[in-house]
This record gives sequence, structure tokens and C-alpha cells, in this order.
Amino acid sequence: MILSNILIWFVIIPMLMLAGLAVCRKMNQIRAVMVVLSTALLVLAGYVCVSFLELRAAGVQDEMLFQGHWTWYAPLNIKLSVGVDGISVLMLMLSAIIVFAGTFASWKIDPLPRNFFLWFALLSMGVFGFFITIDIFTMFMFYEVALIPMYLLIGVWGTGRKEYSAMKLTLMLMGGSAFLMLGLLGIYWHSGPGADGAAHTWNILEIARNNSISTGWQYFLFPMTFVGFGVLGAMFPFHTWSPDGHACAPTAVSMLHAGVLMKLGGYGCFRIAIYLLPQAANDLAWIFIVLTGISIVYGAFSACVQTDLKYINAYSSVSHCGMVLFAILMLNTTAMTGAILQMLSHGLMTALFFALIGMIYGRTHTRDIRKMGGLMQIMPYLGVCYMIAGFASLGLPGLSGFVAEMTIFFGSFEHADMFHRVFVIAATCSIVITAVYILRVVGKLLLGKVQDEHHRQLTDATWWERLSTVTLIVCITAIGCFPNWINETIQQSFIPIMKNLTAAI
Amino acid sequence: MNLDYSQFFAMRMELLVLAVFLIVFLFDTFASDKGRKATTPLAIICFGLATVAGFFCCGDAVTAFNGMYETSPVISTVKCILNIGAFIVLLQAVNWVDSEDGAIRRGEFFELLFVTLFGMYLMISARHFLLFIIGLESASLPLAAMVAFNKNKYESHEAAVKYIFTAVFSSAIFMMGLSFVYALSGGSLYFSDIADMIATQPNSVMLITALSFVIAGFGFKLSLVPFHLWTADTYQGAPTSVTSYLSVISKGSAAFAFLVVLCQVFGSVYSDVWEWMMYALIILTITVGNLFAIRQRNMKRFMAFSSVSQAGYIMLGIIAANVLGMTSMIFYILVYIFSNLGVFGVIQAIENKTGLVSMDDYKGLHKTNPWLSFAMTLAVFSLAGIPPFAGFFSKILIFTSVTEHESTALYVLVLIALINTIISLYYYLLVVKAMWISPDEPVVPSFRSSCIERFALWICTLGIVLLGIISCVYGTIYCVSDQAAANGFFASLL
Repeated sequence: MILSNILIWFVIIPMLMLAGLAVCRKMNQIRAVMVVLSTALLVLAGYVCVSFLELRAAGVQDEMLFQGHWTWYAPLNIKLSVGVDGISVLMLMLSAIIVFAGTFASWKIDPLPRNFFLWFALLSMGVFGFFITIDIFTMFMFYEVALIPMYLLIGVWGTGRKEYSAMKLTLMLMGGSAFLMLGLLGIYWHSGPGADGAAHTWNILEIARNNSISTGWQYFLFPMTFVGFGVLGAMFPFHTWSPDGHACAPTAVSMLHAGVLMKLGGYGCFRIAIYLLPQAANDLAWIFIVLTGISIVYGAFSACVQTDLKYINAYSSVSHCGMVLFAILMLNTTAMTGAILQMLSHGLMTALFFALIGMIYGRTHTRDIRKMGGLMQIMPYLGVCYMIAGFASLGLPGLSGFVAEMTIFFGSFEHADMFHRVFVIAATCSIVITAVYILRVVGKLLLGKVQDEHHRQLTDATWWERLSTVTLIVCITAIGCFPNWINETIQQSFIPIMKNLTAAI
Repeated sequence: MNLDYSQFFAMRMELLVLAVFLIVFLFDTFASDKGRKATTPLAIICFGLATVAGFFCCGDAVTAFNGMYETSPVISTVKCILNIGAFIVLLQAVNWVDSEDGAIRRGEFFELLFVTLFGMYLMISARHFLLFIIGLESASLPLAAMVAFNKNKYESHEAAVKYIFTAVFSSAIFMMGLSFVYALSGGSLYFSDIADMIATQPNSVMLITALSFVIAGFGFKLSLVPFHLWTADTYQGAPTSVTSYLSVISKGSAAFAFLVVLCQVFGSVYSDVWEWMMYALIILTITVGNLFAIRQRNMKRFMAFSSVSQAGYIMLGIIAANVLGMTSMIFYILVYIFSNLGVFGVIQAIENKTGLVSMDDYKGLHKTNPWLSFAMTLAVFSLAGIPPFAGFFSKILIFTSVTEHESTALYVLVLIALINTIISLYYYLLVVKAMWISPDEPVVPSFRSSCIERFALWICTLGIVLLGIISCVYGTIYCVSDQAAANGFFASLL
């Protein structure tokens, strides 16, 4: 029975959300449905995480645990195959946390709250579905499910130039997925036989095991898939949707988008482009190292000159997500561990940033840092939270950003040649630039004189806002203080990937 | 030679439609003026029964009349799909047919529609070009009368004139091609005889000319670019029910007949000749259709260009020329019927109430008619190929079937088609934007559409949501296509 597999519930619960919202009428009912079910998701993610660790501790060595396979389109051997390794478990956890926090961050969403949460639930279904599947067709389907609600979420509930941004974001991401689709089709037709005797397979594990895609095809398919996912990972020069999209999106959507959706890009590059096409990954990585290196530095510099809080964070996301792809392309265990840490860290701290910006904007009705100042005196709680997020972003030890970035730079420096060294050093410079723009914002926004006397009447955070921010801060600190735990969870996932990569050299 | 009347039994599907036609025709002729009101429910109920009965008529593969007529599970499946589509069109047409404009002649509408459907069936099943021509003509000429149905409207007449001229012209071109084929085959019009002769002389100039004419003839029918020029005006001028009928049923049947003719008659020159003709046609059709659709503000013109580009995607199933291609094409037609009729259902509901058909009139629609906007959004997403709606699956499956060939050229074709889906997404989102995002005050007042319209929309919406997720539909189509392939559908390609 399909429901007896625990992972499938990550898709079923959002479906229940959709069904529940469809029958709700009143705001309180809508909130109840969302809170109950997003808590259920969080509990489920925690439970999966714990039982995953228990199984690993008990010595279960399978590459993916909790596997389940159900034939879907038999003529094409398309299956709904689920399974998780350490990385996907952490990604599920991250998504659950952010969906939970996002629900509270959109407590007072207006207008059309029901429709908002309908699309929000559809988006989370796509995200969770993407992380649990190991069949590339189903994975792609969930990927697209996660993209399209963004159009309406930004278009209807956004602010500023929302129509333009929503359209730009949707078309660019869908453009990326067009390339991605072609890459996946190529992978399928060259995948070699599946375990069940079919001529071709969509299953990631089987494709990786067959490793039968010829070098020529890999050279064609690798750029397709990497660019396809790279667009979502905000890789230069395909990052332009990101600042506009984030700036115009409503709070919860920015959180989910920067926090989770952009991770889909990194995860996909890692799981599909690198894992399934190792030969091309070894030979062509340099092209993308150049591009992601540019993203890191360019994103950080751009953030320095922005005056809109959301734009600052959107550009900082470009820089930080560039770091994820950059680390993945280093193709060694240490750097890739850093990449995963960075995904988690960036996911949590950007979500926190966007949540806080949403709260500040909801009070001051401006996001222009030139018009605000001294908010620390007025709303100390939010101010402190903002500082914590900022410090995590610039890599203060004890918070998650430090661990992630250190691991990435250590791993990247393992390459001894000139090319890699130059780019790693350039990327490292971004830490300094990050400190510049973070401290600039903190100084202008929180400290100093109160710019606008009207702001003195503003109130500090409400209970649902506190709940949403505290959840995120706890997680950020936990990663910063106990990175070893995460390290152990994900270490084993790199073994098959590194095996394919070294075999291909 | 005595005619064996039991052969007619092979034509069960045709006979069913014919029976419905006769019932409606006789009733319409002999009923009193008051009684004629019952024509509409009678036609719908009879056709509904015929649609259901059609599912039980899918027998084994048989040929009749010395091989002029052939039916097989896959052909019956296509006919069943067309039946479902035509049934939804009938449901959506009710309000318009019963309105003042159409009421006097409502019987004619149904009769003409059934005749064209009968013609399409013959076209799909014919294995002899004379029978094929009979089907083609009876499928296109009555349609001209249907296009001109709004006799008080100037546009309707203009549309009909444009349609009849292109229909006749394309038939003429098609028959010109046939006469070459006739000469080539040494005096036979049987598909199998022609295929045998072509296999022996694959590269003759005569053959290429003949094939070009045949493809052009079909091109007009399917409105492939550059034979699409009649489409926008005809779609805009025709009554909306007729437009939706033209855009899904007429197109779907012609597409399948095209597949049959290309694979069974000209199969041996696939890679030499028509693969490249189709290659160029598909790129042109998808791209031009999409680019022109962007600028349209009238919803019916908009849908005209959208259906031009959709026809290009359907043609991908033909260029794939394998079992998967055939399956995916039939599935695409099925999904396309549901999605397109979903859009037309909303257009019609609004047009019947208010007479508005411009995209600008849809602004803020969600405030006054949330359910209509919701149905429209789903249908448009499905047309654009967004998961989890059926259109995503039909698009991806058809791409998969094309990439089964290890040819770089076909990968490039798929890439072009994929990039075009982004363009199409842009203009489909314009509709969504008008309905949900535009800040303007709504133009269309709040209204409750009639029961039957809502019923038709529900069918479409359910189809859009379920067809992709429930994979057994595709599985069933695959089974019958596979059987057809085992019986030698693609034999001459190898």
C-alpha cells in the first residue's frame, strides 16, 4: 500500500492542506488548517530525520532509505520512486521549518487569504515532492509544480512592480526548465537498462550505477541540466529574476523562495548534473566555476549599493547561492559538505531576513534604508533578530554561516592548481564585501537616530511573529554550534558520487 | 459480386453517428413548431448514448469492402475520444442554440455537426483514397454552413466565405497530389498498393511533388503555418461553439488521418522526404503561431493562434513515427480537447451573458466570477503545459517520443519546441494576469451560468486535473497503439 511509506506523506499532507482550504470559509479555519498541517509536516520531518539516523546507526548501508517504487506510466517506465539520503533528509527538515515559519509570517495576509494559502500549499507540495523522489521524471514534475504558483503569489499579493517581476521570474525559471527537460530526456534515453529489466530507466540510482552515458552525450547533457538548475540557483548571468522577484514577493513567499526553492537548484545540480554525468562534470566544471565565481563577487558588490532592504537581501542571496554551486563544482567531499551546509544556513538565515523585513515593512511601510533609522530603540526584539541574521550572513563563528563558508573554502583550496586558487581567493573576498553591506544596513537601520518621528509609535513583534523568528534563530544557532551532527548525517551520501567522479577522471 | 451486408457491421461507430443523425433529422422534420424545442435535449441525449455505446464497439482489427475501410482498436479509440469532445461541444452549445439567433434552425446545427463527425470517421478509417475524399469533403463542406450559422452577423459570413474557399482550395491541392500518386502507383488508390509502389521508387520527382501537395492539403485542414491564414478570421467570425468544434474535433481527426496517410502510404520515404518537410513545418507552425498569439486581444483570435501552435505540438507525434509517438499524439489530442474546451466553455459562458470577448473584458474577473476564472486558469495552465495538470504530461510524453530517435536534429527540434512553450506560457499568463492580477474594476458583472454550461465545464476541469495523474488512460492508448504497430502500422517505415 502506497500510504504505508512514510515519505509519501510529505506529498499527502500538502494535498490535505489543499483539500482543507478548499472547504474553509473563515479566516480562523484557514489558519487552523495551515497551522495544524504545517506542524504535522514539521513533526513528520523530525520523525524521518530521527529514524533515518537510527537506521544509519544500526548499520543500514543502503544509499537511499525508506525506498518505495510504484509504477506510474508503464510504457515509459516512469515510476513514483521515493527514497532519501542524509542530504534530502536535511532538505526536508529545512523545507518543513520554513513552511512552518512562513505560515506564521503570513498570519494577516490580505486579500484572498484562501487562494494565497492554496497556492502556498501547492508550492510546498512541489518542494517536498522534489526532495523525496529519486525518479527524474517525477522529480521534474514536482520541480515545475513548485515554480508556477510563484507567478500568482507574486502577481496578486506582491508589492511594487509585481506584474513585471512575476512574469520575469516565471519565464526565466521556466526557460531554465526547458533546457533541463531536454537534458533529462537525453539522460533517460541513454540511461541503460533498469533493475526491473526495462530498456531504459528514470531512476537516479540505477542510472548512476549503469553509468552508461557516452562522453559525447555527457558533454551535451551536462550544460543543459546544470544551466537548467543553475537558473533557479541564481547563477550569473541567469540571476536577474531573483532580485526583482524577491523584492516584489510577499513575505512568506520570499522566505520560501529564497529559503527553499533556490535550494532546489543546488540540490538538482548536485543530484543530477554531477552525479549522473560525472565525466562531463570533471571536464566542464571550469566553465561554471567561472560563472558562479562571478555570481559570488558580483552579487555581493551589487548588494552594497542597494537601498531597498529586500533588494539587498536578494543580491546577497545571489552571492550566497553562487557559493553553493561554486562549492558543488569543486567536486570533492569537503567542499560539497560545505555546499550542503551553506544551503541549510542560507535557507534559514534568508528566511529569517525576509520574515524580519516583512515585519518591519508592515510597520513602517517603507523598505528604503535611507528613510529609517534607530529602530533598535523602537522595536528591540526585531532589531536583535535582524542583527543575528546579519551576523549569520557575514559568517560570525557560532552561527551557521561561519561553518558553511569555512568548509567551502577549505574544500575548494584542496585544488592545487592556479585556476582554482585564483577563483577561490576571489570568492573568499566576498566575505569582506558581505561584512560591508551587512554592517551598513545594521548601522543605518537599527542604530543611530530615529529618522522618522512617526516610527516612535510602532509596536514590537507580536506572538506569531516571535514564534516564526525564534524557530529560525534556534535552527541557525544549532547548526553553528553542532555542525558535526550534520556532517555525520550527510557524509555517507558523498561516497557513491565521489566513486563515479573519480572513476571518470 | 454480391455485397456481403455483414461488412457494414465493421462500421459500427459510423452507423451510431448516422443513427443519431437520422433520429434528430426525422424529429426535426416532422415535429410541430412547439415540439421542436425538444430537439436539443433529444440530440444531446442520443449522442450521449452513442458516445457511451461507442466504448463497447471497439472490436478487433477488421477490414471491410475489399480493404477500403479498416477499423482497429486504436481507430475506435480515436473515434471515442472525438465523440467525447463532440459531446462536450454539444453541451456548451445548448445556450447559444436555444437563443433567439439559433432557435429556428437548431436542428440544422446538430444535423450538420453529426454529418461532419461522420465524415471525420470515414477519413480516419479509409484505406482507399476515394473513400478518404468522401470523408474529407463531408467533414469540411458542412462546416462552412456551420461557420455561417449566425446569419445576422457580417463576420460570420466573412468567416464562412474564407473557410469555404480555403477548404475547397485545399481539397483541390490535395486531389492534385492524389492524381500524381495515382499515376505513380499505376492505377490504384488503395493505400497498400501505393505504399508498395513508392517503396520501389523512393526518390522520384513525381513522388516528392505529390507528397508536397498532400501535405499542403492537410496543412490547410490542420492550419499549419504557412497554410494557416484562414484560421484567425474564421475562428473569430464563427459562432463560438463552431469555433471550439473546429479547433478540437476537426483538428484532432485531421491530425490522426495525417498520421495514417504519412505512415501507411508514404512510410518508406520517411527519412528521405517527409521527415524534413514536417521538421520545417513544425518549427514554423509552433513559432509563428506563438508569436502571433502574443498580440491578440480578442479571445477567439487568441485561441486561434494558440491552436495553430498546439497543432505544431501534435505534429511532433507524427515526426516521431513510432508507437510512443502515436500514443502520445492521441493522448495529446485527448488532453487538448479537454483543455481547449475548458477555455472555450468560459469564453462562451461570458459571451452568452454579456457579448464580451476581449481579453480586456476579463480584467478583474475573479472578483465577480471566481469559479469561471478558476476553471479558465486551470485550462490555460494545462494548455501551457504546467504540472500537475494534464497538459504537462501530454507535452512531455510527446517530447519523450521524439527524442527516442538518436538524432541530433530531432533533439534540436525538441529544444525549439521547449523554448516555444516559454513563449506560449507568456501569453497564456496574460489571460491569468487579466483575471487575477489586473487592478482594474471588473467589466463582466457577476452572474450564474446555466446548469448545463457548468456541467460541461466540470467535465473539462475534471479531465484536466485527472487525465495526467491517472496514468491508465495513457496505458490503454499505448496498448491499442502497440497492437496497431504489431499489425504493421509502421511496417513500411522500416
